[in-house]
Amino acid sequence: MLQIRNLSFSVDSQGQEKEILRDISLEIPDGKLFVITGPNGGGKSTLAKLIAGIEKPTSGQILFNGTDITDMSITDRAKMGIAFAFQQPVRFKGIQVADLIRLAAGKELTISEACAYLSQVGLCAKDYIHREVNASLSGGELKRIEIASVLARKSLLTLFDEPEAGIDLWSFNNLIEVFRAQREEISDRSILIISHQERILNIADEIVVLENGSLKQKGDKEKVLPGLIGTPSAVANCQGIRSK
Amino acid sequence: MQLNDIQLDLLREIADITDIPTGAYNIRSDSQSIGRQSSANIDIVPKEGVSGLDIFIKPNTKNETVHIPVVMTKSGLKEKVYNDFFIGDNADIEIVAGCGINNCGAHDSQHDGIHRFYVGKNARIRYAEKHYGSGDGSGKRILNPVTEVYMEDDSYCEMEMVQIKGVDDTKRTTVAELKQGAKLVVRERLMTHGVQQADSVYTVSLNGKDSSADIVSRGVARDDSFQRLDLKIVGNAECKGHTECDSIIMDNGKILAVPALEANNVDASLVHEAAIGKIAGEQLIKLMTLGLTEAEAEEQIINGFLR
Repeated sequence: MLQIRNLSFSVDSQGQEKEILRDISLEIPDGKLFVITGPNGGGKSTLAKLIAGIEKPTSGQILFNGTDITDMSITDRAKMGIAFAFQQPVRFKGIQVADLIRLAAGKELTISEACAYLSQVGLCAKDYIHREVNASLSGGELKRIEIASVLARKSLLTLFDEPEAGIDLWSFNNLIEVFRAQREEISDRSILIISHQERILNIADEIVVLENGSLKQKGDKEKVLPGLIGTPSAVANCQGIRSK
Repeated sequence: MQLNDIQLDLLREIADITDIPTGAYNIRSDSQSIGRQSSANIDIVPKEGVSGLDIFIKPNTKNETVHIPVVMTKSGLKEKVYNDFFIGDNADIEIVAGCGINNCGAHDSQHDGIHRFYVGKNARIRYAEKHYGSGDGSGKRILNPVTEVYMEDDSYCEMEMVQIKGVDDTKRTTVAELKQGAKLVVRERLMTHGVQQADSVYTVSLNGKDSSADIVSRGVARDDSFQRLDLKIVGNAECKGHTECDSIIMDNGKILAVPALEANNVDASLVHEAAIGKIAGEQLIKLMTLGLTEAEAEEQIINGFLR
């Protein structure tokens, strides 16, 4: 279970303090799939980075399974079971897809084990397993590899930051299936997805709406989603997704 | 031939040798040949007057290997060795060289290897050269390799040159001249640490029509080390040349990249790329989100980069 208590985050912008997140409190119990939505610039990605430890809050507290992780490093949080899929995956010269998946799994994997994760995201494993995670891969390919590496973590809390960004329509359909499958397996784990795609919101247990750095709304999908349809917080099918 | 532990350790590092190699070989240890074997198609002959070997590979020799590793285990040794390779037309072979120096003493140990390759028409060679230093003496481990490659029509040469650890001072000089349709591919990897100095200078002349060269040097300079990479391609005909110098700088390292292109023919097409930078913060963060510490992440990034 993740507990966020009165979390605020400010940055220094040209000598002025700019508040990105204001007094956010939220609980994500095990076995739940949460989707955070809201207009661009509302602080969604920042919240995910605060949970993963990439940014440190100005005030407030983050607890994970009862432990205060507010001052913990990225590494220690990862070791406790927090995984983070980047919105814009990172490229590495020389590091191969197989290396990345092995590092994510935290143990030696057979090639067929590593390939299984690639197949889950719709990549033909034999074409990719020995490719370098470098600029020769397209944005969509990188994104799928990023998601495959996060699946390999078998984490307790998985954060996906706009998983649909930069992928094509076919991959998007595939992605929904990945999340559905994950949803079936998470009785002792939880998933937090940042997205304003209606189809992703549709598979949520609960939806959180962040707007201008504040928590505007939170509740069961059935209650929250109808009010969001047609707003920037719930973009209809395929909008913003590249068609192939 | 009996090999001691230090010799075996060095041979393993530079040439992946764990036993006496199959095929043609010469193993040089502390300025002496301690084992040599020619094969039906490959003749290894010691030079007269100077230190070194003439290696004759018969035309049409296919799928054979030549190993000529050098190890130095005595402090204070200095040597200059000339090895000439005469590769017959249509041959297709692999050559594994490399030098390992273990210096536990106070005197500098130095090996200057001059390798000349005369690559026959339509011949193909793959050459691997790895340099490695070990031992905790205050004497330096110095390697100054000179590589000269003379390529006949339609020949192909692939060179993998690696210096990863323990060499204090190195000045690497590589010269190549290519005739019509010849192709040269070089992958150099250099890592320097401590107060090491590494100089790597290439001059590749594309003299024949449709000749081509692809020279990629990747380097990592850590601690207080210094690297100078001087990659030059000269296009004297209708040809294609590409150099790439890609470096990671760390700590107080210093890197000087001096790429140069000279086109003396209107149909010469030459490209160079050079980049120096520290490890990207987002790369470290990504690997840390997988549970690696910052130091472990750094190591993975460098190992991948120098693979």
